[in-house]
Amino acid sequence: MGSAEISKERIAELEAGHRVLAEFSYEPEGVKKGYAGQTLYVNVSDNAIATRPVDEKMKKTFVGGRGFDLWLLWNAVTGNTKWDSPENEIVISAGPIGGITQYPGTGKSIAVSISPLTNTVVDSNVGGYFGPLLKFAGFDAIEVQGIAEEEVIVFVDGNAGKVQIIAAPEESVNSHILAEEMAALFASKPGERQAVTSVSAGVGAEHALMGCLNFSFYDPRRQVARLKQAGRGGIGTVLRKKKVKALVVKYVGLKGDSNTPQDLKGIQDTGAKMHREIYERDPIMFEMRKDGTNHLTKIMNDYDILPVHNFRYGAHPEAEKIYSPNFQKHFDYSSPDGCWYGCTLACAKFAKELELCSGPYKGQTVTVDGPEYETVAGIGANCGIWDPHAVLEANFYCDTYGIDTISFGTSMAFAMECFEEGLINTEVTSGLELNFGNGDAMLEVLHQIGRGEGFGAILGQGIRRMKAIFAADYGADPKFLQDIGMEAKGLEYSEYVTKESLAQQGGYGLANKGPQHDEAWLIFMDAVNNQIPTFEDKAEALHYFPMWRTWFGLMGLCKLPWNDVEPADNRTSYSGMDAAKVPEHVQNYVELFRGVTGRDDIKTGKDLVRMSEVVYNFQRVFNLKMGFGTREHDVIPYRSAGPVTDIEYESRAERYDQQLSELVGIDPEGMSTTEKRKALRRYREEQYDKLIDAVYERRGWDANGIPTLGTIQELGIDFPDLVEVVNTHTNSQG
Amino acid sequence: MKVLVTNDELCIGCHLCEDICSQTWYKEMNHGLSSIRITSLGNAEWGMAVCNQCGNCIDVCPTGALYRDKAGVVRLKKADCVGCLSCVGFCPTLTMYYHEDYVEPIKCISCGLCANECPTGAISIEVLAE
Repeated sequence: MGSAEISKERIAELEAGHRVLAEFSYEPEGVKKGYAGQTLYVNVSDNAIATRPVDEKMKKTFVGGRGFDLWLLWNAVTGNTKWDSPENEIVISAGPIGGITQYPGTGKSIAVSISPLTNTVVDSNVGGYFGPLLKFAGFDAIEVQGIAEEEVIVFVDGNAGKVQIIAAPEESVNSHILAEEMAALFASKPGERQAVTSVSAGVGAEHALMGCLNFSFYDPRRQVARLKQAGRGGIGTVLRKKKVKALVVKYVGLKGDSNTPQDLKGIQDTGAKMHREIYERDPIMFEMRKDGTNHLTKIMNDYDILPVHNFRYGAHPEAEKIYSPNFQKHFDYSSPDGCWYGCTLACAKFAKELELCSGPYKGQTVTVDGPEYETVAGIGANCGIWDPHAVLEANFYCDTYGIDTISFGTSMAFAMECFEEGLINTEVTSGLELNFGNGDAMLEVLHQIGRGEGFGAILGQGIRRMKAIFAADYGADPKFLQDIGMEAKGLEYSEYVTKESLAQQGGYGLANKGPQHDEAWLIFMDAVNNQIPTFEDKAEALHYFPMWRTWFGLMGLCKLPWNDVEPADNRTSYSGMDAAKVPEHVQNYVELFRGVTGRDDIKTGKDLVRMSEVVYNFQRVFNLKMGFGTREHDVIPYRSAGPVTDIEYESRAERYDQQLSELVGIDPEGMSTTEKRKALRRYREEQYDKLIDAVYERRGWDANGIPTLGTIQELGIDFPDLVEVVNTHTNSQG
Repeated sequence: MKVLVTNDELCIGCHLCEDICSQTWYKEMNHGLSSIRITSLGNAEWGMAVCNQCGNCIDVCPTGALYRDKAGVVRLKKADCVGCLSCVGFCPTLTMYYHEDYVEPIKCISCGLCANECPTGAISIEVLAE
C-alpha cells in the first residue's frame, strides 16, 4: 500500500532497537486435513508464550475460524471484562479450508475480541495472508492477551519453529509503512516477502474506538505490501491498547497441498470448475475483476438503496460521479488482484499513483487498495461527497491510521446531519463547516483522529457516544439523535438503506455483532422481488442466510464467490429463495469441506448450516455473558425502518401514501405530512416487533431473544458454564 | 514464438503423442499427464487440443511462476507455483491441464517430441511471429 522501499539504514535502525523479551520454540509438524492441531497463546503482559491443543471435540463443535476464536475468547474473559482489560484478547483464526489455493476466496482470517464500540464480543473477517500462513506455521489460531509495558512485535517463524515477543521502539505505527518494514525486516531476501504477513493498526486506532486491523499481503509484481482490513468493531483499537505494533508470521514454502487435504483431486476439480465459471460469467455479471465491489454503487442508486445524507435518501442525481468508471482510471490492472492465492474473483483493486492533498503525507504519491463499495457509499454518498479522489484519499488515510471506513463514514454522515440540523456548531466541530459534501472537512476530521485532537477525537468514539455527548453537553434532543444515529448495539451501520425492506431491518438489527451486512442481505429478495412476503418467510430467510453466511467465517472463506457470480443455469434451474442460495455453489462447499477434512458425515448444505447454528447460538449466549444478547439490544434506529423527518417522507410520498391506504388502512387524503409520517411509524415499528417474534421462534429463542435450554441442548453446547449463563438470564426476566 | 500446430484432419487417434508427452515429462504412460489431448469425435474423427502459447495464463498467475522464455514459449517455474489452477480455469483454449498426483498444472512447452513421432504429420512445431 505504500510506495517507499525500506532502506538498509532504516532496517539497521529498526533492528538496533530490538530486544527479544521472550522466545518459544516448537516443532512445526505440518497441517493435517486442514488443521494444525494446536493454537498459539501469547501474553504480552508477562511475556508468556504457550501452545494449546486442538482436540477432536473442539473441531467437531466449533469447527474453526470464528468458532475457534469465540471458544478461546469465552475461556479467557469473564462477564466483567472490558475491551481495555488486560484479559481481553485478540483471537485470529483461518479455519480448515483456509489456505487451500485451488478455489477462489480461501484465504480469509476472522478476528474476534471484546469490542470498544459494543462492549461485547465482535467478529470481523478479512483477507490477506495472515490466517493461512499462521496455520501453515503450525497454529489454527493465535490468542494475544495482556497489555505490554513497551511497544512490541509478536513474530512467528513457521520454518524455524520459533515465536518471539520483540521490543520494537523504532518501528512505524501507521500501517502502510509498518507493513513494508515488516516485509523488509523478516524476509531474508526480497523474493521471500510474499511469505511474510503482518497484522497492525495505525495511530488513529490509538485515539478512536473504531480502530481496524490491517492484514498485509505482499504483491510480488508491484513490489508493495497491500492491506486488507478487519474493519468492524474496533479490534485495531484493542491492538494498540495492548501496545502491539504488529503480529507477524513468516512461512516459506506454501504449496497447493500445504493444507494436506484428504482428497486433492476433489478440491482441484471443484476449484478448476469455479475458476472457469468466473472466467465465463464475471464479465457478463458483476465484473468484480474489473471494478471490485464498487460495481454495487450504481445498482444501489438505481434501486434507491444507496445511503445518501446519513441514510435519509436512497439515491442522488450526482451519484454517477462515484460509479466504477470514475475509479477505473486510478486502477492498475497489470497483475492479479486476489488477496489470497488463486482468488480469480479478484475484487481487491489496486489504485496507484494517488497524490495526497492533505495530512501528514501530503504531496506524496501512494497506492491504496480498494475502495470497496462500503467505503464509496459510506464516505462518498452518505456524506454527499461525490469526489472519487476525496474517497480514495480518505480510504488511504483510514487504512494507514487503522480506522474502519464503515464506522467512519456512517459516523461522519451522522455528524454532518447534526451540523446541518443545528444540533452542533463550529464551536463543537473545531471550526469546520461540517455540511454534507464538504470533503476537505471530512479529511480534516480524519486527520484529527490521527492526531487525537479536536472534533476528530469525539467522532472517533462512534455514534453511540456522540449521541450521549451531543445530548448531555449541547442540549440536542436524545430522541431525535436516537432516530437518526445509525448504530445498533453500538456498532455503526454498513451502507444499505433498509427502510423498504423489513427483512433487512431484521438482518441488521438481529446481527450478533451489530448492523453489518455479512450476516444477511435480503433487500432484493424482500423489497425488490417480493419473494419472502410473510413473517414466516422472512423468519426462515433470517434463519437460513445468517447461519449460512456464518459458515464462511468458520472455514477461512470469503463469501463473495458464493453469490457474486452464479452458474449460468442458476436462475433457470431454481427460483426465489432457492435460487438465492445458489445450490451448485453450496454443493461446491460441501465438496471442499469433505475434500479437506475427510469428514464423510457432511453430505449436504444442511450439514454445513448445522455447524453454523452451533457457533451462532454460542455467540448469542456469549453476548448474554457480557450483559447483552437480549431483545432490548436488538432495537434499531427508526431511520433504518422508515422516514424520520417530513422531508424524507415527502421524498417517497407516493409509496408511503399507498402503504398507508393499502397496508395500514388509513386514507392519507387530507392528512398533513407529519400526521402521515407518525401513522406510518406506528405501523412499521409494530411490523418490526412482529418480525422479531417470528425470528426468535424460528431460531429456538424465547421472547426475550435468549436461546432456550432445549436449543442449547439440541445443539450440543450445554456446557455447565453456558447453561448457567442462559439460566441466569432466563430466570432474571421472571 | 515456438508453438505446436495441429491438423485434426490428419490425426488417426493413435495417442502416440500423449504417450510420448507423459513418458517424457512424468516418466509414466498416463494420458492424464499429457499436455496434448486427443479426443474422439466419432466417425473416426479426432480432436487435438494443445496450448497455443498465447500467454493469458501469465496474467492470472499470482506468483509469477508462469513466464515467457526467450523462444516465446510460456513455461512454468514449478518451484514458484502454488497450484491454484487459476491458469487452468482462465485458459482460453482449455489446454492447461492438471492431475491429482501433482499440485502444479501440466503445461506444453513446445518441446516437439510428439511432433517428431507423429506418424501422419498431424502435429508440427512452427515458429510464429509474436
